[in-house]
Amino acid sequence: MNCKGVIRELSNYIDGELDPGLKTELERHLEHCEDCTMIVDQTRKSVEILCDSRPVELPSDVRSRLHAALSKKIGPGQT
Amino acid sequence: MLDAIFIPEEGYKPEFWGILSTLSTPNPHRLPSSIAREDEHLLVAAAKKGDATAFEELVNRYEDKIFRLTKNITGNHEDAEDAMQDAFLKAYSHLQDFHGDSRFYTWLVRIAANESLMRLRRRRPNQFSLDEPVEGDTDLMPRELEEWGPSPEQGCAQAELQAILADFIEKLDPEFRIVLILRDLEELSTQETAEALGISVPAVKSRLLRARLKLREKLNRHFRRGTLN
Repeated sequence: MNCKGVIRELSNYIDGELDPGLKTELERHLEHCEDCTMIVDQTRKSVEILCDSRPVELPSDVRSRLHAALSKKIGPGQT
Repeated sequence: MLDAIFIPEEGYKPEFWGILSTLSTPNPHRLPSSIAREDEHLLVAAAKKGDATAFEELVNRYEDKIFRLTKNITGNHEDAEDAMQDAFLKAYSHLQDFHGDSRFYTWLVRIAANESLMRLRRRRPNQFSLDEPVEGDTDLMPRELEEWGPSPEQGCAQAELQAILADFIEKLDPEFRIVLILRDLEELSTQETAEALGISVPAVKSRLLRARLKLREKLNRHFRRGTLN
């Protein structure tokens, strides 16, 4: 596998969705290619950082309107 | 297809289901999701029997995340609020259609994503298409390569990192943004994402790869010198 092949399979690799044969080929390439190793590690890290990001709290006025709409739908005083 | 009001039922299977079902594999790089708590199915069962308090608990549990989803997809506060509200209202109305074959949260995300997409398409008609063929892979090789250090994210405050990610998502093209949000923020599987968007698994994977490479590129500009720009 060459560098282009590594990039093409990068997402599948970090998701653990790569066919075992291709995975072996890819890891063999990583053993001697510092650039691809860096790209793989940084992309995996980037995904982890994104996964770890937390949603901001719902603005109170938006939340109030949501629950008012639900109350209207479900019944007064229910939510 | 995506413009139609769409409430995904548990039994819903697209034409390419046979292919999809063979490709569903876990994502070992992720920690187990904290989204689906053990009592979720009990709350859903109670809500289906008419327990409004149980449904309220589900809303309280997921409202922050669903608002983040609708905001990220629509890029517009007003549309995000409307999409979120309609998603919860439709989820309540169609609760009997949910049979528990998947997580309730996944079902809810699919409804919210569809509500958001309808609004995005209405506001930006003809500006993007999720249905286009998978692009070629001729120009994917990253050009900016610099060392980050072992824990680059620790070099900046959480709020700054959140701002960087928010800016990145906002500026990402919708066809990449939506896939990245569903896969990496909402933790839907490739198969679930394909179903939710009505596109093929290869199309999801192609867009996800590009989106992740763009994310690495964005973070590289902030992490390469070990400090924020």
